[in-house]
Amino acid sequence: MTDLTALSVSEALAGMKNKEFSAVELTQAHLDAMDKARHLNAYIVETPEIALKQAAESDKRYAAGTELPLDGIPTGIKDLFCTEGVQTTAGSKILEGFIPTYESTVTSKLFADGAVMLGKTNLDEFAMGSSNTTSYYGNVVNPWKANDSDADLVPGGSSGGSAAAVAANIAMLTTGTDTGGSIRQPAAFCGVAGIRPTYGRCSRWGVVAFASSLDQAGAFGRSVEDCAHMLKSMSGYDPKDSTSAKLEVPDFPALIDQGVKGLKVGIPKEYRLDETPAEINAMWEQGIEWLRSEGAEIVDISLPHTKYALPAYYIIAPAEASSNLARYDGVRYGLRVDGQDLQETYRKTRAEGFGDEVKRRIMVGAYVLSAGYYDAYYLQAQKVRRLIQDDFKKAYEQVDVILTPATPSSAFAIGENEDDPIKMYLNDVFTVTVNMAGLPGMSVPAGLDSRGLPLGLQVIGRPFDEASILRTCRFLERASAFKAKPQFLMNKAA
Amino acid sequence: MSVMDQNTVRKVARLAQIEVQDSEIDAVGKKLEGIIGFVEQLSEVNTDNVEPLSSVNDIPCPLREDVTNDGGIVDKVLKNAPDSQEGFFVVSKVVE
Repeated sequence: MTDLTALSVSEALAGMKNKEFSAVELTQAHLDAMDKARHLNAYIVETPEIALKQAAESDKRYAAGTELPLDGIPTGIKDLFCTEGVQTTAGSKILEGFIPTYESTVTSKLFADGAVMLGKTNLDEFAMGSSNTTSYYGNVVNPWKANDSDADLVPGGSSGGSAAAVAANIAMLTTGTDTGGSIRQPAAFCGVAGIRPTYGRCSRWGVVAFASSLDQAGAFGRSVEDCAHMLKSMSGYDPKDSTSAKLEVPDFPALIDQGVKGLKVGIPKEYRLDETPAEINAMWEQGIEWLRSEGAEIVDISLPHTKYALPAYYIIAPAEASSNLARYDGVRYGLRVDGQDLQETYRKTRAEGFGDEVKRRIMVGAYVLSAGYYDAYYLQAQKVRRLIQDDFKKAYEQVDVILTPATPSSAFAIGENEDDPIKMYLNDVFTVTVNMAGLPGMSVPAGLDSRGLPLGLQVIGRPFDEASILRTCRFLERASAFKAKPQFLMNKAA
Repeated sequence: MSVMDQNTVRKVARLAQIEVQDSEIDAVGKKLEGIIGFVEQLSEVNTDNVEPLSSVNDIPCPLREDVTNDGGIVDKVLKNAPDSQEGFFVVSKVVE
């Protein structure tokens, strides 16, 4: 019998429509697979009762011929999206036991389109991290292993649970959020596709805030087409988010097969870093060659302020985080540790509730915003941010999309890069520019390195032109014919 | 130079409302200093006559009618409170 957990979204939708299997059977297959994948720790909370109930409703709609665009598709929700009646932790101790009384706009839209929620996926605490090792609820284990070592590898972060779940076939689709690379980097590390749409494309309402001018929800899938299906359902204007864009949502799945002939693809010279492994640059060259031979026009471009994106990010993101996370004070929700007076209650609550990386970023934010430093750090970073955005605006006068590597390495072992925060931050060197400029970007698996680990290519687009990214990534996906599966699934099949 | 001396770390911790033990001050300061050192390279960028960018959206801030469109959900608002009584959050006494 077909392994229902290995299907694509289109195959699953067709299978349910043609009564080859029911939504309940599809969901149950995923719940059974989740049972056997607990050691990956991809989920913080599993919600089998909700999933089976939603799947039964999907089956009723299939029987009546009134099925919805994602009806019955088993989905994991990053535990940063508030889900009514289901614990939402943001990976933090400070929100342990927090049960929202409302539903985020993105999850509301997914459920309105028939998606089935399998559970809440693990993440770095408050989405701050590139390895999923800052979660209070434990590390996520990457389903991939290197061919020269048995060490457990990180799935990337912050959406590590979401990327690992899709890679391990314990969710067909998952949501993520991407503030500096938190969808694209874990997608690359886990050999799956992940898209961060344009800032404003998906509502941020009901998503636990990290850095509000950079945060954006997006989608993980095992193929570009799967991501396109999910993105279509998640997107759209929301009056509850003042930065949400009042724009029509394109029919993304219908736009992916237009090919790349005549497409102008920019190759930014500033992304050639001395420290990037040769294999990654070779993969990038291969991607350029695939596009060129298909008739795309390759254009060398310059994004001169690229090297300043990461330092500017590490001023702006912590500054916004220090403001956003001020709400965790032990008064209205979450953990409270009582002190002698209210001030001490705040300080003790936050000292015990937040992990080290979150505390560090809040303190960096407080520092760069403090009297005497505001102009030198925060204002300067905002000006540099303008220069970064201007670089892209100029580039997009010449090109339609930009091709870069997704990450400067493949997945590393759990525990590596922990000694120095900057080492961890450098994971996002290729992705963070996109957030600073508010652009859409996608990572698509393109091959394996010599250790047998997946490498991703990143395609960056103009604001609100996710369609061009999807069609480029769809072509790259076909050209690379990436079919490798993580060891976790190979062992399962054996 | 040490921008993150003990007093600065204490001041930042106070601004951030996070208790830092005396035994942690040096270690915390060292990591903060690493980050501040990293971001300091921005000072070499010439930003004369550059407008700061606070939002990537070009859309004007939307306005809506000034009407009540939510409320009457005290129970929901208090549902996750660590301590509440008679429709209020309870905190320790703040006025002597």
